[in-house]
Amino acid sequence: MKDMNNKGIPSTVPAKSATFTDPVNAEIRRAAATGIYDIRGGGAKRRVPHFDDLLFLGASISRYPLEGYREKCETKVTLGTRFAKNPVELDIPITIAGMSFGALSGPAKEALGRGASAAGTSTTTGDGGMTAEERAHSSKLVYQYLPSRYGMNPDDLRKADAIEVVVGQGAKPGGGGMLLGQKISDRVADMRTLPKGIDQRSACRHPDWTGPDDLEIKILELREITGWKVPVYVKVGGTRPYYDVALAVKAGADVVVLDGMQGGTAATQDVFIENVGLPTLACIRPAVQALQDLGLHREVQLIISGGIRTGADVAKALALGADAVSIGTAAMIAIGDNDPRWEAEYQELGTTAGAYDDWHEGRDPAGITTQDPELAARLDPVDAGRRLRNYLKVLTLEAQTIARACGHNHLHNLEPEDLCALTMEAAAMAKVPLAGTDWYPGKKET
Amino acid sequence: MQQYDLETDGLRGLNAALQAQAAEPEHTAWEVLNPRGSHAIAVGLNAPLDVTVRGPAGYYCGGMNQQANVRVQGSAGPGVAENMMSGRVIVEGDASQYAGATGHGGLLVIKGNASSRCGISMKGIDIVVHGNIGHMSAFMAQGGSLVVCGDAGDALGDSIYEARLFVRGSVKSLGTDCVEKEMRPEHLDLLTGLLERAESDAKPEEFRRYGSARKLYNFDVDHADEY
Repeated sequence: MKDMNNKGIPSTVPAKSATFTDPVNAEIRRAAATGIYDIRGGGAKRRVPHFDDLLFLGASISRYPLEGYREKCETKVTLGTRFAKNPVELDIPITIAGMSFGALSGPAKEALGRGASAAGTSTTTGDGGMTAEERAHSSKLVYQYLPSRYGMNPDDLRKADAIEVVVGQGAKPGGGGMLLGQKISDRVADMRTLPKGIDQRSACRHPDWTGPDDLEIKILELREITGWKVPVYVKVGGTRPYYDVALAVKAGADVVVLDGMQGGTAATQDVFIENVGLPTLACIRPAVQALQDLGLHREVQLIISGGIRTGADVAKALALGADAVSIGTAAMIAIGDNDPRWEAEYQELGTTAGAYDDWHEGRDPAGITTQDPELAARLDPVDAGRRLRNYLKVLTLEAQTIARACGHNHLHNLEPEDLCALTMEAAAMAKVPLAGTDWYPGKKET
Repeated sequence: MQQYDLETDGLRGLNAALQAQAAEPEHTAWEVLNPRGSHAIAVGLNAPLDVTVRGPAGYYCGGMNQQANVRVQGSAGPGVAENMMSGRVIVEGDASQYAGATGHGGLLVIKGNASSRCGISMKGIDIVVHGNIGHMSAFMAQGGSLVVCGDAGDALGDSIYEARLFVRGSVKSLGTDCVEKEMRPEHLDLLTGLLERAESDAKPEEFRRYGSARKLYNFDVDHADEY
């Protein structure tokens, strides 16, 4: 009962619904006014069980630690040892995920190439094809073979150090992308063989195959075109990791890239990003189990992506059985996206630094997710590349520090026994014991 | 004429030999014996070669072709001339699904019939089918021309962009945003040239033209029911 007459009677405190929150109500009003769902970039923003819910145990008596800054902790990784004549050898097990020219500006792609190369790792093309700048500045470049086949050509295929057949993406498994027409410059339109100014709807499935048997033959074709020289990765969105990894391996993948729901995207439906797929943490153990059941764990390498931010995340993914991780959103932040220095301009766009995700509109104040020449010129690719290199080095140092503390002289020697979980959910997903116990949900008694 | 027996010498050797001609075309005429439905025959070529496949080919024959003329004296499996960039692929028999898928250029001729999804996501390739084509052909076709001398199945040209479709026979149904369009003199000229290059004696004036209504190029909630 409300005290409408202000007669001193205690009044009911207005309470907002936990279901109909301010953001939910605002979205209902926006949808009603425009007739279109919210399209945005980035990955899932909702809280889901994550690497933060795991802790390393470190060493005491039962384990013997290595001296930080003194004893060697190796970081090198080789990807694509199964069939390729020329596997990809990286100094660190952290790669840069596929992000397209078109979604990102030319200077941003150049910065990613510069930073990755300086840190001894690879970068990846995206929907839209390979640009000359990207190839020139990337010592190891993975060429994505995407459902849209925008800009796909055999000359670029042969220039790649690896081919990544993209079947799905963590932010939108089963879904395609959408770059709105206003972001389509002449160059982007030309690369995608579409008229300038129309919406770019990336396909959700490969047009010329319909299942794992076709995928196997498609991989054969790609190998024949490239002379069996470079590894073929298969990238899947995290939904049914056990079966998808097993089928990717059966189809002939050298490397499986598994992208959890915190993985980013250039542009797709918010409802999709937040409601489809599995948390990255939940993807790893089923994927590793599939590889182990096939007797191919470590022979077919596993790259995990989706929400990797720190060296601890890197170390945890590796401890759970991954061979490497891949970063996208974190790399964008490292080169300057959502930087508070542009706060005034983010405010003008109706958002704030740290929350800007309308990358498809092409008005990114940081000059990264745009094709506007004036905005793109704000990003110095040399300086941004240096920042990315520094960040990759920090991630590596952090992971090494943890590995040494757990007594390991190589990041790949991290193992599930180095971990415990803070929550029941994380314990169940990662199959590591709840902290202080030797139990996790679903553990079979031996 | 170089002869290569797939049964005895294997796929890798064939493609390696053909691809090596890109650097210095020493031999321009090749004959492939005993294909027996092998996949990925003559893929990734990039030289002005004449390759004759004596028998049926499996998936992706002539895939990503550049410059070469590949002739299949038999039927072709799914994805023939997939993502072709230039040159010509001729199938003297029938072709399976997704013939010419995502092709950027060149000419694909199918003298028999083609199955579903012919020309799916085509981006500049020209495809001439002497017989009929199946359903969902030219789905999301972005550029190039698809000429069908026979009939077309369901949902022709669904979500089509700038590709041009010409059909001489019946069309079972048109897909979303695909409409019949006026056949103007420039289209008759284009069609005349394509039919000649495809060794077809069909008459251009017997064809009807289809293309995009361009209503779905930019999202509009008032068109949502058409998706």
